[in-house]
Amino acid sequence: MNKVISKEYFSANVVKFEIEAPLIAKAHRAGHFVIVRIGTKGERVPLTIAESSVEKGTITLVVQQVGVSSTKLCALNEGDYITDLVGPLGQATHIENFGTVVCACGGVGTAPMLPIVKALRESGNRVLTVLAARTGDLIIMEEQMRKLSDELIIMTDDGSYGNRGLVTNGVEMIIQREKVDRCVTIGPAVMMKFVSLLTKKYSIPTIASLNTIMVDGTGMCGACRVTVGGKTKFVCVDGPEFDAHLVDFDEMMMRLAGYRDIEQSDMHKHENKCNAGTR
Amino acid sequence: MKAKERAEIRRVHMPEANPEIRSRNTEEVNLGLTAEMAVTEACRCLDCARPGCIEGCPVEVDIPSFIKNIERGEFLEAAKVLKETSALPAVCGRVCPQEKQCEAKCIHVKMKKEAVAIGYLERFAADCERESGQVSVPETAPANGIKIAVVGSGPAGLSFSGDMAKAGYSVTVFEALHEIGGVLKYGIPVFRLPNEIVDVEIDSLRSMGVKFVNNCIVGKTVSIDDLKEDGFRGIFVGSGAGLPRFMNIRGENLVGVMSSNEYLTRVNLMDASNPESDTPVLTGKKVAVIGGGNTAMDSVRTARRLGAERAMIVYRRSEEEMPARLEEVKHAKEEGIEFMTLRNPVEYSGNEHGRVSHMLLQVMELGEPDASGRRSPVEVPGETELIEVDEVIVSVGVSPNPLIPSSVKGLNVSKWGTVIVNDETMQSDIPMIFAGGDIVRGGATVILAMGDGRRAAKAMDKWLREQKFSTSNL
Repeated sequence: MNKVISKEYFSANVVKFEIEAPLIAKAHRAGHFVIVRIGTKGERVPLTIAESSVEKGTITLVVQQVGVSSTKLCALNEGDYITDLVGPLGQATHIENFGTVVCACGGVGTAPMLPIVKALRESGNRVLTVLAARTGDLIIMEEQMRKLSDELIIMTDDGSYGNRGLVTNGVEMIIQREKVDRCVTIGPAVMMKFVSLLTKKYSIPTIASLNTIMVDGTGMCGACRVTVGGKTKFVCVDGPEFDAHLVDFDEMMMRLAGYRDIEQSDMHKHENKCNAGTR
Repeated sequence: MKAKERAEIRRVHMPEANPEIRSRNTEEVNLGLTAEMAVTEACRCLDCARPGCIEGCPVEVDIPSFIKNIERGEFLEAAKVLKETSALPAVCGRVCPQEKQCEAKCIHVKMKKEAVAIGYLERFAADCERESGQVSVPETAPANGIKIAVVGSGPAGLSFSGDMAKAGYSVTVFEALHEIGGVLKYGIPVFRLPNEIVDVEIDSLRSMGVKFVNNCIVGKTVSIDDLKEDGFRGIFVGSGAGLPRFMNIRGENLVGVMSSNEYLTRVNLMDASNPESDTPVLTGKKVAVIGGGNTAMDSVRTARRLGAERAMIVYRRSEEEMPARLEEVKHAKEEGIEFMTLRNPVEYSGNEHGRVSHMLLQVMELGEPDASGRRSPVEVPGETELIEVDEVIVSVGVSPNPLIPSSVKGLNVSKWGTVIVNDETMQSDIPMIFAGGDIVRGGATVILAMGDGRRAAKAMDKWLREQKFSTSNL
């Protein structure tokens, strides 16, 4: 059981948790994820680690409330315990001095990008971060990102904050302005797909961190499999980061949608139960 | 009773739940022997001077001794005998392939008669003890204070832990999942092995002093070096068969196509068919399970229980070559499972949502025997069948879990990813690391894993004693 040390709302349904997990904090490297389970009937859900502190013995997770499991997690408060937490899982991000790296992230994808930006910068890269969201209210971790990056560009779909446009507009703006040696992208699958298509056009090596469905997270079930360069790979043990230009994003999105109907009906059930409880 | 009279008694039949009813619930299929049945069956054992059955048992249970206790009505004594060598008698009595092991070596078989139902009797004794509420705790040697780490809480690790605890070691088992039990929990369905039974056997180990740490992955959460620093003097790796194999055919990543590991983990470990559980599982009306092993039988019978109208086994050889236990095949057939043998899937196609809708099967025939000694399947040119399906479960084997081999420097690993150990001692090239079960074998049975655990425990105990001797001489 791991204790919630602090809880902070980034927006109405995006929550940052600091969780006591000294062993995971010690072993954590950029790119790693954990599996979280809430309650004895809970589901195993993968979440990429946003920050870790060996001194405090904590890891930070940023959670967007979308389904039953994330709703249950977001309902936890300071002092509560997480039923099960295991990690760190997956391969760490490959970090070296590439030169100029563009980090393109959207929505809660910003959180797992944080340790990558930090590690890239520490290795001597010039790091240009493009942070995107539908609207200004959904931009998270802006100050931390600004501090860690050489430059931060903010993009919103509606232009309510930063520049108006998609993440790809921000990335292309940089590419047209200067030489980019590498790109890293984390966000919704469709966003990563378009970032990948863009950088492919400019032949810029690009890494995407994939967020597929998982059960055990240790290579045992294969629920997370994706096609990379025509070969089936397991995101949990081979990834979560892959050469974006080789990832079959359409197949990945199709597989992500596989449980959508069940998840929506479960969410309705959960909401009804919660409402019944408050009445 | 004279030997001749004993030999004339007919082998007992295991009472079973009605197939019509059981294929719609999760109750255990085999109901267990009554005391009367067990005593009569025990009388069939001739208590041979040189019992072949013990040789046939990977953990060398003293079979005649426990059976004769049953004959005398000393059921709890029988259970004690079992526990001297087996950490999981109630499990073994249910899932061991006795017909290929102890029962295959029974004197009755040599006399062209049916073997003594050793497995049924083992289960009977273990169940009696559990239900009596008087569970005995095996005697343990005085604590020697030496810390031993076990990686994985499946059958290999549990068996190893039991023997080491008996020898006085301080044993800690590290498990990656949130539940203790490994494949016994995530793999084998409850209608074959109820979870409570596994838990009782684990509690028995706890009462012997074995400590369990869940949610801890050795190689990720803690390293082997961390364990050494913490004072662990020996490590047993029983991390199991991690990666499910796929066939790399077109359409295999469609929605509704999954590994048996995923399907069974969702249903068994995560209880996905229970509406209270947050974990979803896709269910189908026309479900095909690819493969002919025990895991394939477990998957197809689970699919039936989750409402499949057509639940099919697709196997590339004929029924004779199927690796599954005869009992599993029999139970599956009773439950209305279709056996499509000499068929091999070559392609899946899907609907507009990416959900699998059809499988294309290649018709096969049997050719010459292959390396496994079984006649190999050969394609019949041009003969294919298109079958409607809405779920496909791929159960064509597993590869060893790569977590340990990839995270321990200097560990000798085969090209299949299995840890290479000395066959006798289960010791790896790194002297303090021993290994057993599927991480060494690449995909075998519960009892072979348990046998490995026992041998490793014996050898590690010896090795540690020698170490102590050599260091005290320094």
